[in-house]
Amino acid sequence: MAKMLRIVNGRVYDPANGLDGTVRDVCILDGRIVADVPREARTVDARGMVVMPGGVDIHCHIAGSKVNLARKLQPEDHRRDPHLRTRFTRSGTGGTVPSTFATGYRYAALGYTTAMEAAVSPLGARHALEELHDTPVIDKGFFILMGNNVLLFQLLQEGRHEEFRQALAWWLNAAKAYAPKLVSPGADEMWKGGRNANITRLDEKIGPFDLTPRKVIDAFIGSANDLGLPHPVHIHCNNLGHTGNYETTLETMRIAGDRRAHITHIQFHSYGAVAAKSGDNPTSRATDISEYINTHPNISADVGAIMFGRSTSMTADAPLAYMLRKFGGRKWVSADTELESGCGIIPFTYQDRSYTNALQWAIGLELFLRSSDPWRMVFSTDHPNGGSFMSYPKLIRLLMDSEFRKQEMAKVNQAALDNSGLRECQDRELSLYEIAIITRAGPARLLGLTAKGHLGVGADADVTIYEENADKEQMFAAPRYVIKDGELIIEDLEFRTDHAGRVLHVAPEYDAGIEQTLRPFFEDYYTVQFNNYAVDPSYLHSHQVIPTAPQPTGTFSRAGA
Amino acid sequence: MSEDTVRVVSDATCTFCGCVCDDMVLTVDLQQHKITKSQNACVLGKAWFKEHSIEERPFALIGGREASTEEGIEAAAQILVNARFPIIYGLSDTTCEAQRVAVAIADMIGGNLDTTTSVCHGPSGIAFQGVGESTATLGEIKNRADLVIFWGGNPAEAHPRLFTRYAVTAKGMHVPQGRKDRTVVLVDVRRTASTPVADIFLQVKPRSDFEVLWALRALVKGKRVDPSIEQRTGISLAVLEDLVARMKSCQFGALLFGMGLTMNRGRHFNAGALLALATDLNEFTHFVAAPVRGHGNVTGADNVVSWQTGYPFGVNFSRGFPRFGPGEFTTVDVLSRGDADAAMIIASDPASNFPQPAIEHLKRIPVITLDPKTTITSQLAQVAFTTSTYGINTPGTVYRMDNVPITLRPAFESPYPGDEQILTGIRTRVHELLGGNRLPVDTSAASL
Repeated sequence: MAKMLRIVNGRVYDPANGLDGTVRDVCILDGRIVADVPREARTVDARGMVVMPGGVDIHCHIAGSKVNLARKLQPEDHRRDPHLRTRFTRSGTGGTVPSTFATGYRYAALGYTTAMEAAVSPLGARHALEELHDTPVIDKGFFILMGNNVLLFQLLQEGRHEEFRQALAWWLNAAKAYAPKLVSPGADEMWKGGRNANITRLDEKIGPFDLTPRKVIDAFIGSANDLGLPHPVHIHCNNLGHTGNYETTLETMRIAGDRRAHITHIQFHSYGAVAAKSGDNPTSRATDISEYINTHPNISADVGAIMFGRSTSMTADAPLAYMLRKFGGRKWVSADTELESGCGIIPFTYQDRSYTNALQWAIGLELFLRSSDPWRMVFSTDHPNGGSFMSYPKLIRLLMDSEFRKQEMAKVNQAALDNSGLRECQDRELSLYEIAIITRAGPARLLGLTAKGHLGVGADADVTIYEENADKEQMFAAPRYVIKDGELIIEDLEFRTDHAGRVLHVAPEYDAGIEQTLRPFFEDYYTVQFNNYAVDPSYLHSHQVIPTAPQPTGTFSRAGA
Repeated sequence: MSEDTVRVVSDATCTFCGCVCDDMVLTVDLQQHKITKSQNACVLGKAWFKEHSIEERPFALIGGREASTEEGIEAAAQILVNARFPIIYGLSDTTCEAQRVAVAIADMIGGNLDTTTSVCHGPSGIAFQGVGESTATLGEIKNRADLVIFWGGNPAEAHPRLFTRYAVTAKGMHVPQGRKDRTVVLVDVRRTASTPVADIFLQVKPRSDFEVLWALRALVKGKRVDPSIEQRTGISLAVLEDLVARMKSCQFGALLFGMGLTMNRGRHFNAGALLALATDLNEFTHFVAAPVRGHGNVTGADNVVSWQTGYPFGVNFSRGFPRFGPGEFTTVDVLSRGDADAAMIIASDPASNFPQPAIEHLKRIPVITLDPKTTITSQLAQVAFTTSTYGINTPGTVYRMDNVPITLRPAFESPYPGDEQILTGIRTRVHELLGGNRLPVDTSAASL
């Protein structure tokens, strides 16, 4: 028998379809939203509740070799946070880097149904896929690290742009990835080959290559757009965390011209310097960054807010992690992947009394509150870098409840607040409609997931139902119902069944002749045979190819407008 | 010879050791179920491929009586379900796919899960938890390392292709002349077949690795070390100072360490000192360290157990969630204390190498084994499954010692099922018998 469900009496927040708290039925048939279902369909009464599409996390770190190193590194973090098995769900451990099963169940328990792992080296793609297969309930995909790829650097410096584009398409297919990711282009090459050096300017030469970060960024933005990827190139700008880095961020966005580009965890890239002042305490440049994004519809960003408390810094930006080591890093991991990437891991605690941490916290909030287009400035904490995804409900409350925000502001380093612009926008409160945009509709649209982030006919039946509550942290911490692919996974706050979720990936076309360019390089320099490098489809299990649609230039349109 | 009788499998993977070389060209005699030629394999790999033909053995033995795999699965499931402290151990010579099912069974029954890591590089895992690690995949070492230091191992005999394919003679992007572009240092308590490979050999006195490492750390940090270090360790201060100068001035250094360091006095302190030394050196240049792992997929076992539980080995599920307890939930300790009342051993032979009290206890309890061969452990087992061999007969995934995952290309089919298939059968039957995951008696009382 067909699986049917009708959700009645709930206030529906579906920004992609212009619904702002409208009371109406949501009907589900065989895992999809439909216009109507027969009367015998099961009914869920959502009176006094809020109905939203399932949450979509555009940028998090939940699977793969660096995540697993961070997991292995911190038994002390797991020990205090056990995740018990039930009759039909697996056990695990939590902390800032939960085990795979705990990750899936805990995302679902917050009403999230899709999450994107943001940094996987192509050589580690199999590992990421194996972990994602053990990450239940949610749909998931991953971005591959391409910003320090030696072979692509060689093609670029020789001006072989067509082969570069073909190689990029080949790599996305070989890894079963969702999008290309750039992390501080050139930095890992300097780290590994230049005795732990870094690269700080976009026009600086990258070690032995006749190439600069600017050229790399430009080539990726162009090729990703030419290939018509559903999500453009996902950029972690150079100089993350450095005082004065907002200029690099603005310069990176300008490279895009009018082409699409996504700048990730932009909070970490919005720091100014106090002019003519000694010391290197950063200041907020959220105003400049917001201004640029508000007026450039081709650019999108996720915030990467920080939340006070424990976090784990894990990044392909190896020089950054080494720098962080100076600030209370008890233990440090660095892990280089041959010819592709670096990686650094540091357990880290954000403290409200620290000037820098309080400033980072304020900038994160500022970026949300200064955004005039929530569709292009979406929600993230760069889990677990800025804080665990388990802190999302509290962050939502900080955005929706200005009184609560003022109370929290009173607790933090006041000098930092003075050097931020948070007090200027402290009265703004985001609405449930805006929250639905930044946590669902916006990320889904930026990812090009046309069947997610909304409740229109044909959408995936990923639905979350929250009980209305003046305390928005409580409200978003425990949805009453979570529906994934039309299945009631959580009912009356409890898991009722298990669910696998599927892998989302792209498969852009490429000319098979590119393998003749790639193969000799692999034979000379990789330690894995070329024929064994590409991930075969057996690792995908349940999966979905998100189509590519070539479009030379493009902008993100505002929905509902 | 025709296509029907001979098959050539290119880019096959050798799973004998942690090098997991994936460039094998195997010639297979399909009639005889034998690999007749293994091009590119080292001497150990050649023996591994040669040994694994199909022997006529019963699919399972239950109490010494021949049985089918299905009967074995029923008997094994009954043993696991009826035990109060069942343990699952081994897992380093099987695929990640099988390892994942094994952890699932341990979770379902509330059992104890441990791998051979606890008797090899377990101390390295504990050291990693304490101080972290600067590391790299083997390809970075191949392409960049101009200083390679081997500590407490004998790769020439235990991991021959670590020298030739990855770290010594291998030619790389920034070390195009291979061996000529590198300085090779070996640190060990005795001369071995690996010694002649090294430019510099440091013969340390037995049980003094920690002191040598700590003196090196001090010198790297510019601290004074007393010349009496030579009496204690056998290495003169001048030699240590020379090594430190080389370490600080190299372009890309690598420290590769073996069980001579981890299964020696000091254990995880030794491994921690070495990892800390590599970390310290990053103040001056790029320096990495990595344990040289033994079994073909012991690194996969560490990874699977970590992603499913948060901990790399020595995990107990009896309270309804994973708890980590090296010394408590590691198999030698569980058996020596006489805690376990049933054991499932997957692709390992603890009865041949565990301490006597642990072996004595294994003899007292019902044991289930999964192994392609008859082993000492399988001979004392209540249920002994015959399995196909991973990599040779069974497809799947293995992780190289540097955490790089590789997909296997089997050479020929075996009539025997693989570990994953048997374990999946056991999991399904246990699930039926328990009606789902077993819950602890009182979950509300679960404490840390």
